[in-house]
Amino acid sequence: MIDIPIARGFFGRKKPEGQSARIPPGQHLVHDFPVLSAGPTPVPDLASWRFTLSDGDTRLGSWSWEEFNALAQTQVKVDIHCVTTWSKLDTNWEGVTLDTLLEAAGLDEAPAPYAMIHCEGGYTTNVPVEDMLGGKAMVATRYEGQPLDPEHGGPARLLVPHLYFWKSAKWATGIVFMEEDEPGFWEQLGYHIYGDPWREQRYTGD
Amino acid sequence: MTSASVAAPPRMQWQIATVRAVVDETPRVRSLILDVPEWPGHRAGQHVDIRLTGEDGYRAQRSYSIASAPEAPDLAVTIERIDDGEVSPYLAANVQVGDRFEIRGPIGGYFVWTAPLGGPLFLIAGGSGIVPLMAMLRHRALVDSKTPTLLIHSSRGFEEIIFRNELERLATKEDGLTVYHTLTRRQPVGWSGGARRIDRDMLTGIGIPPAMTPRIYICGPTPLVESAARILSELGHEPGLIKTERFGPTGG
Repeated sequence: MIDIPIARGFFGRKKPEGQSARIPPGQHLVHDFPVLSAGPTPVPDLASWRFTLSDGDTRLGSWSWEEFNALAQTQVKVDIHCVTTWSKLDTNWEGVTLDTLLEAAGLDEAPAPYAMIHCEGGYTTNVPVEDMLGGKAMVATRYEGQPLDPEHGGPARLLVPHLYFWKSAKWATGIVFMEEDEPGFWEQLGYHIYGDPWREQRYTGD
Repeated sequence: MTSASVAAPPRMQWQIATVRAVVDETPRVRSLILDVPEWPGHRAGQHVDIRLTGEDGYRAQRSYSIASAPEAPDLAVTIERIDDGEVSPYLAANVQVGDRFEIRGPIGGYFVWTAPLGGPLFLIAGGSGIVPLMAMLRHRALVDSKTPTLLIHSSRGFEEIIFRNELERLATKEDGLTVYHTLTRRQPVGWSGGARRIDRDMLTGIGIPPAMTPRIYICGPTPLVESAARILSELGHEPGLIKTERFGPTGG
């Protein structure tokens, strides 16, 4: 154990009364919606957009923008937690849950225990399938009642709010199921393989 | 939930940093020169997490870009004071030589440039977004790289140009570095640099053309980064060569 130094005259900002139980350790509350991405924001092209579910190389289902929006839409109000230490409470999203996507693909259950989410620009992130079932994740296309802004991942991003927000990959175009867990883009660059904010799993080995 | 197929590397430990020196870069920006006994080394462009523990036990942590080159003897972070920030006012104003706090890193392996990657190198900074790019320029200078490099640095006014003197020194070495400043709000009399925000004309007129396939690093406030990255993509630069880091007041 190291002896933690005390910062003279530093008291910080108290977590708001009644909300502190909703803010994971090391996080602070924000009211705006910061943008963090590794490269340029892709220009959305809804005419050619598709979302695809695959099991390895086998295509399970694929939807155009119109077909995707014709699927059952689900609304959620959730808290989100970014690894850069901001948290935002009561955000409203609308999209298609993974449960709905599996059903639309004619599947009773997911074909494998892990998944890689693929995005425009080549980004990927890995999420265990059980973390995406039972309404725990969706492919979101609307935020606060409006079409999702490209800066924030529009036209569609994964939303898996109980994990750090980089797992809610922007500009998502598909989910590939896999038998073994594999690290995605940020996970290969030192970020945690799972990313539970309540256990402060920010970086590899946390 | 760690899979058996992925070996669990050791946890990145918190260490104690001791402030060895403070350098006021501008009225709002201060560099902290840190002594971290077991610093594992870093690459230019990476950042650290700094964690403060208050007198009442309250804790807060934030990420800050590393300003120093990997080859430099001391680790340096450069921090802009955000007026309504929680952590930056303490680090950029209150901290004194000899103070200690927790640090861990380096973090981030994407927004990174090392001399063997080559160039040309095209750097675009808005305000304190210069910090990780400065680490790249310092690294470039310390390893005597001659990689053709252009920095476009946007600041509000002349007195707010972070690292102004050092950039001037680096640019006069005639080793292939060009520094172009643009001042968006106030320009001194006789100013010969840019006098507006970074825009398409500026990026077309003085930027490195797509045909030379520069490695592009953009860091600054979100609107600047979004706009510059979009324009450069539209001009024909390969999106995979454009790396971005964004921040806003919530970084404070």
